[in-house]
Amino acid sequence: MARRVSVQTKVGFTVLAWAVALLLFSPILWTLLTAFKTEAEAIASQPTFFPQNFTLENFSAVQDRSDYFKHAINSIIVSVGSTLLGLIIAIPAAWSMAFAPSKRTKDILMWMLSTKMMPAVGVLIPIYLIFRDLRLLDTVHGLTLIMTLINLPIIVWMLYTYFKEIPVDILEAARMDGAELWNEITHVLVPMAVPGIASTLLLNVILAWNEAFWTITLTSGRAGTLTAFISSFSSPQGLFLAKLSAASLLAIAPILLLGWFSQKQLVRGLTFGAVK
Amino acid sequence: MGSITLEHVNKSFGEVEIIPDISLDIQNGEFVVFVGPSGCGKSTLLRLIAGLEDTTSGTIKLDGQDVTDAAPAKRGLAMVFQSYALYPHMSVRDNIAFPLKMAKLPQAEIDKKVDYAARTLNLGSYLDRRPRALSGGQRQRVAIGRAIVREPKAFLFDEPLSNLDAALRVNMRLEITELHQQLKTTMIYVTHDQVEAMTMADRIVVLNAGNVEQFGSPLDLYKKPANRFVAGFIGSPKMNFVDGPEATKHNAHSIGVRPEHFKLSTTEGAWRGTVKVAEQLGSDTFLHVETDGLGLFTVRTDGDQTFKHGDVVWLTPDPSRIYKFDAAGLAI
Repeated sequence: MARRVSVQTKVGFTVLAWAVALLLFSPILWTLLTAFKTEAEAIASQPTFFPQNFTLENFSAVQDRSDYFKHAINSIIVSVGSTLLGLIIAIPAAWSMAFAPSKRTKDILMWMLSTKMMPAVGVLIPIYLIFRDLRLLDTVHGLTLIMTLINLPIIVWMLYTYFKEIPVDILEAARMDGAELWNEITHVLVPMAVPGIASTLLLNVILAWNEAFWTITLTSGRAGTLTAFISSFSSPQGLFLAKLSAASLLAIAPILLLGWFSQKQLVRGLTFGAVK
Repeated sequence: MGSITLEHVNKSFGEVEIIPDISLDIQNGEFVVFVGPSGCGKSTLLRLIAGLEDTTSGTIKLDGQDVTDAAPAKRGLAMVFQSYALYPHMSVRDNIAFPLKMAKLPQAEIDKKVDYAARTLNLGSYLDRRPRALSGGQRQRVAIGRAIVREPKAFLFDEPLSNLDAALRVNMRLEITELHQQLKTTMIYVTHDQVEAMTMADRIVVLNAGNVEQFGSPLDLYKKPANRFVAGFIGSPKMNFVDGPEATKHNAHSIGVRPEHFKLSTTEGAWRGTVKVAEQLGSDTFLHVETDGLGLFTVRTDGDQTFKHGDVVWLTPDPSRIYKFDAAGLAI
């Protein structure tokens, strides 16, 4: 029997849901509003909610001081590149873990995940020195590489979870039908896992896009992505809240739009396996 | 050609030995059924032949050639799975064409073969559908279509009908038998249903705990079961067994009588009993009779008999059809 929910309960939950959503959204909303205020208004002791003197000058100032498009292109290359590279490595890895597991497969998966539990700063010195010696500092391919490596455990885990849902019979049927391993993966496994691969791709693009620690540490002017772009507005000449907000808005806008249009896919991806 | 030879095949999963030691010789063009209770190793044996599992030791030969270590794709066998295992992202046409594409056949030839298979299996009007838009029986036909287009050396069926309803199962059983007569290709068919085994097979392999209990024609198995296990497994309803003094009278450790080999009387006979349940099928009536001191017997009588719960009946086994077994369960 379906549970009966009273009108009061429904209204209560709706209000609560809106309150939580607004609370989570408020920093983004505040950034959005501040980006269109003058610097004076942004730091006024009596804060205003809506911009009193609506202005776009923060955006032009930001673009004048630092090349937004160069950083945006770096962000795209690093986030998409590292995700694709990660998928190329992770698909065969997840295939073998899901369909040809050994006694140690679970341990390997846990070990991979455990690397994500370590604070990044713990390996800062060795990675920095390796990057310096390999001349990868402040290069887009160097940054793509480190982004691939730090997100690889998540990519493998997500794909592993998706692949586990695919009946092994179907892959065996492909083998019986004369498919070699390569054809089995490209003609059968990957097309069947497209929804899962798409969610993994999206999530990792977002993670790589938002990554700040390694980006700021390993790049300066040339290979900086949008996170480095934002941070460049936060320090030396004092805090310019309105410009910082404009820069932040420019940096998060593309990924916010991507997330908005693909939210169905993302939610499915993040809850996959939780409910059948 | 498609003769299949197993020589001392052994399969263990870690410590657990699934198949201790099996040797079999399957002739080209034969329809062989592996039958046995769940967990007897029949599917594992089929998967060993398919190459989907590796043997622990022993040799598998196809047409005399050692294929023990060959990949499934290299063995030239086709398999129909219990779950159908169709490619959900492909149309029926692409499903059937898949093995031909893998074999890199020219497109014109692929089209010709797919159309032929579709006509043979009445799938013509479904070719552009996805598997999820098909019924169970249609899906099974697509799976068979996918198997026949590549003209394999042998077909392997892994309980292909167990997901279908009873009526459809009978139909598909006939279709597969007809297909075998038409193609004359070796077929190995795994089932736990002894009726399927009896009706379809040229020869039956009865498996129990990974061992071959008997390998012979359906009637051989029915008439001359090698041991008590086969006697009990083949035939429906099951054979009735009697141990103790009654068996000793026949110089055996135990004796077996099939339900259809009793003479039934309401007045006199060898064993007296009371009807517990009468199952009327129309053509036959199965009586479950509680005998005095010998246990519950199943008796097959003609459909016109109208017994009911509590009726007293006398059972006399046909003396020429009493099966005798020694202490180890082997037929005497």
